[in-house]
Amino acid sequence: MSKRTVIPFGPQHPVLPEPIHLDLVLEDEKVVEAIPSIGFIHRGLEKLVEKKDFNEYVYVAERICGICSFIHGMTYCMAVEEIMKVDVPARAQHLRIFWSELSRIHSHLLWLGLMADAFGFESLFMQSWRIREKFLDIIEETSGGRVIFGSCKVGGVRKNVESSAMNAILEKISRYEKDIMEVSSVFMNDSTVKKRLCGVGVIRQKDAFELGAVGPTLRGSGISSDTRKIGYSSYGEYNFEPVIEKDGDSYSRCMVRVRELRQSIDLIRQTAGKLKDGPIEVPVKGFPNGEFFARTEQPRGEVIYYAKANGSKFLQRMRVRTPTFANIPALVRMLQNSSLADVPVLILTIDPCISCTER
Amino acid sequence: MIENQELKIIDISALEEEVSNLFSGDSRMVQISCAKIDSTLELSYSFDKDGKFQSLRVVLPSDVPNQVPSVSHIYFCAFLYENEIHDLYGVDFEGLVLDFKGNLYRTQVKTPFNLPEIRKEEAK
Repeated sequence: MSKRTVIPFGPQHPVLPEPIHLDLVLEDEKVVEAIPSIGFIHRGLEKLVEKKDFNEYVYVAERICGICSFIHGMTYCMAVEEIMKVDVPARAQHLRIFWSELSRIHSHLLWLGLMADAFGFESLFMQSWRIREKFLDIIEETSGGRVIFGSCKVGGVRKNVESSAMNAILEKISRYEKDIMEVSSVFMNDSTVKKRLCGVGVIRQKDAFELGAVGPTLRGSGISSDTRKIGYSSYGEYNFEPVIEKDGDSYSRCMVRVRELRQSIDLIRQTAGKLKDGPIEVPVKGFPNGEFFARTEQPRGEVIYYAKANGSKFLQRMRVRTPTFANIPALVRMLQNSSLADVPVLILTIDPCISCTER
Repeated sequence: MIENQELKIIDISALEEEVSNLFSGDSRMVQISCAKIDSTLELSYSFDKDGKFQSLRVVLPSDVPNQVPSVSHIYFCAFLYENEIHDLYGVDFEGLVLDFKGNLYRTQVKTPFNLPEIRKEEAK
């Protein structure tokens, strides 16, 4: 039997955007076991709901994570709106979809860049982030913030996007789409990318399901599951299908994200066609009393916001289950029997967002 | 309304059987959460099958040590939620497949979401 060695991976590592620790048990160069350890950036944000007015807490929810910020804020608002039976205006629903899909595009481009950096393809990393900057400019034009949008509130949205501005944005997106296609083709066809990703970190369909994986990690294993299909925030009116790939390896998960970029652009075009004149918010009176599990599809997967209220201005409980938290068991399984050299790629393949995971 | 969500309150003794039935019925485990409401702890186990969301709820007293059977032998992913609830609320789960023994989260105060209440004595 080979001698076993335990190597600590993280919490600081060049490939990790945020701190997570893994104890990797190795036999020669093969990982036989991986034990995760989190808690380096636990901020107790769920506890803060007992001290912040339910309207103010949107600002906290948006700051749980910088990359999926808007969808965090939106999901929180949805949970409170369901409890209070608030009817959000149609224009606000579509604007929420507009910003959600922009959020998805910038998140996926960020991930593509980080993945390219992880396997040493520096120019591809820079090209991905160069395109991402253009989408961040659109987000800043429409919401006032590049990363923390601040545009969602209980009862609707805070900012409007006029039709002239929307037409200009669609024109820009059409130009940027060509750049996205160029970068995508490298991820899809380059032999060096395939060498690093194909057949690496395979999760079978059955395992992905039983391990509670969500998002591209689940869809990359051939399971058609996308929370947007439940129809929240008017997604029910949109024409799209979950993007799935069958092989369950890192390349499949990469392809899901590449194809979702194009899907998000299409959804933004559909949004522009569905925007009608009308209010962007409704007044919200009183305090919430009840409970609800709101769920939405973040770039990394399904996020759940459980809100429980008792009729006061402070919620009794706000529980956030983020997609990275749900994907950690799948990561532990992926790492078993992998090569030590593939560990950075495998960790990145679930698109980890540790600030989301720990709150 | 976004979707209809089912919530079923069950006894702790029925937990493993209910979760096993859901596993056999190809339900995906979505999350396990805990909430301290007045003097009780509400454990909610949520599942999804073909877009239909349902939850099982177990209610426990908050001021005594609690032992709950772990469901991580049925759904492996439950180990992470159960370890989190143990660290934040002090609930002990029997039979955890991967037990961090209270070291999942590094909090300054133990069980910060379920602290004992300190009442001021009323002035006579």
